Amino acid sequence: MKIFWLALTLLVVIVAAAVFGPGFSAWGPEDMDWSAIQAPPSAGHWFGTDLVGRDLFVRTMYGARVSLAVALIAICVSLCIGVPWGIIAGYSGGMTDQIMMRVVDALYSLPLILIVILLVVVFGRNQYLLFAALGAFFWLDIARIVRGQTLSIRNSAFIDAAKTMGASPGRIILRHILPNVSGPVIVYATLAIPGVILAESFISFLGLGVQEPDTSWGVLVADGVQTMESSPWLIIYPAATLGITVWACNTLGDQLRDMIDKQHAIQIKEAR
Amino acid sequence: MSGYLAERSLFALITLLFVVTAVFFLLRLAPGGPFDGERALPPEIEANLKAVYHLDAPLHHQYIRYLGRLVQGDLGPSFRQKDFSVNDLIRLGLPTSLRLGLSALVVAVALGMVIGIAAARQPGSAADILLMAVNNISLAIPTIIVAPLLVLVFAVTLSWLPAGGIGSVQHFVLPVTALALPYTAAIARLIRGSMVEAQTQPHITTARAKGLNETRIILRHTLPLAALPVISFLGPTAAGLVTGSVVVEQIFDLPGIGRYFVQGALARDYTLVMGVVVVYSLAILTFNLLVDLTYGWLDPRLRVG
Repeated sequence: MKIFWLALTLLVVIVAAAVFGPGFSAWGPEDMDWSAIQAPPSAGHWFGTDLVGRDLFVRTMYGARVSLAVALIAICVSLCIGVPWGIIAGYSGGMTDQIMMRVVDALYSLPLILIVILLVVVFGRNQYLLFAALGAFFWLDIARIVRGQTLSIRNSAFIDAAKTMGASPGRIILRHILPNVSGPVIVYATLAIPGVILAESFISFLGLGVQEPDTSWGVLVADGVQTMESSPWLIIYPAATLGITVWACNTLGDQLRDMIDKQHAIQIKEAR
Repeated sequence: MSGYLAERSLFALITLLFVVTAVFFLLRLAPGGPFDGERALPPEIEANLKAVYHLDAPLHHQYIRYLGRLVQGDLGPSFRQKDFSVNDLIRLGLPTSLRLGLSALVVAVALGMVIGIAAARQPGSAADILLMAVNNISLAIPTIIVAPLLVLVFAVTLSWLPAGGIGSVQHFVLPVTALALPYTAAIARLIRGSMVEAQTQPHITTARAKGLNETRIILRHTLPLAALPVISFLGPTAAGLVTGSVVVEQIFDLPGIGRYFVQGALARDYTLVMGVVVVYSLAILTFNLLVDLTYGWLDPRLRVG
């Protein structure tokens, strides 16, 4: 339980720093400090400065905004596809279910990030498109979870009761199934965030994602790698922020999942 | 069993066709062409170039042509590297990529299983907690950070191993480590979970009661049960290793096909990029087919079908 609160605190700190942090610094993300080029961390520049004298703290926090925005947008997109996909497959059953889940299986076995890169190359380096494209590939897990949940409650007494009372399939799905699958969906959305953040940093690292003067954790790490012998702080701070965020999201998701599993087990016991 | 195999193969073929079709039309719809340079080409030359590469034909003709060639194993000429066909380039890069990917796969599976089994022997012990903590950390640090750090420590500071390039076995140590690390961690976690669960099964208690030694119990009774989730995780692992190899080849300067992918993507070399995606997908789908077969062989319920 302690680790849950640690992860939550770290995440809140990072999000708060990303939102409010740059306000406390005297520097903007593109301001160059000519008196401190490639300077190590100091009172004036908390994380030091990069090769052209830009404040690394401010840039890391701006990068955090981009990376977190990627995660949020991509998760929203993946929910918009995954939830209906899973519910329809699980609720219809039979052939529809078979075909829909086969599509998910097929996509699972492909190098999807490379296909996202293709999308980005083809349609230009539009950040928001990149975010949406990532989301369009992260719905697979969500669809699987939602389908499983839908299958498990589809034949419950309360669904039968709703059917007997003449509720349409649409109403049953919206009013009865959707609220019941939302718990696990929230957990798996938390677990998908690190995946999206890592995918974005991967693409930006290759120089195919977020472009200058905008920045993201992937871009900062890619820049930091170039100079890690002479100025290690340029890689340490962005890498640590990225690593902590990913670890915190993974841990939060795992803990939430365990809680839900326990709750689920108790419900089953009570039902018996 | 043969019905199962046929169904799986058909499914893999349909997936491959889907990939080829999607990528083909996607790239043809792209704004900007392979011949956009610093200077606009005279219209006659551009028309001739397009004619050479059959880019002036209607889209569906191009598509059918490409499919026809593909069936014969011909991926077409590279649009950018004038003297090479895509086959040439892939033939140059594939051995390096295969060696990297397969080594990483073997390392990830072998090491991951050993760590996971070790951690599962006494759940909650100090060794278990330490192993899993190290594991969680390596899951949170992406390859783009691990790889440069490995270079910094082992190549630059200690000068034990070369920082990049190919030539000897030593050149592959760091790239394989960087590529395999996250999947080693994931497999260790997976097998630890299923081993802990399998240990509570009645037949394991029976085996203990009979007085079998611990090694035998693990190898003969727990592991076969616990290995199933790992086998189904091999498919996603292969896809992940392929993706990861793109970055690893870039960082360690390995002349594999991942480098062609990045170069081709930046230069809009249609055929090259498609060729690489097709080869990658084919490799992953073949691998998945093998995994399915293994699964069918291990799980007696599927053997009947």
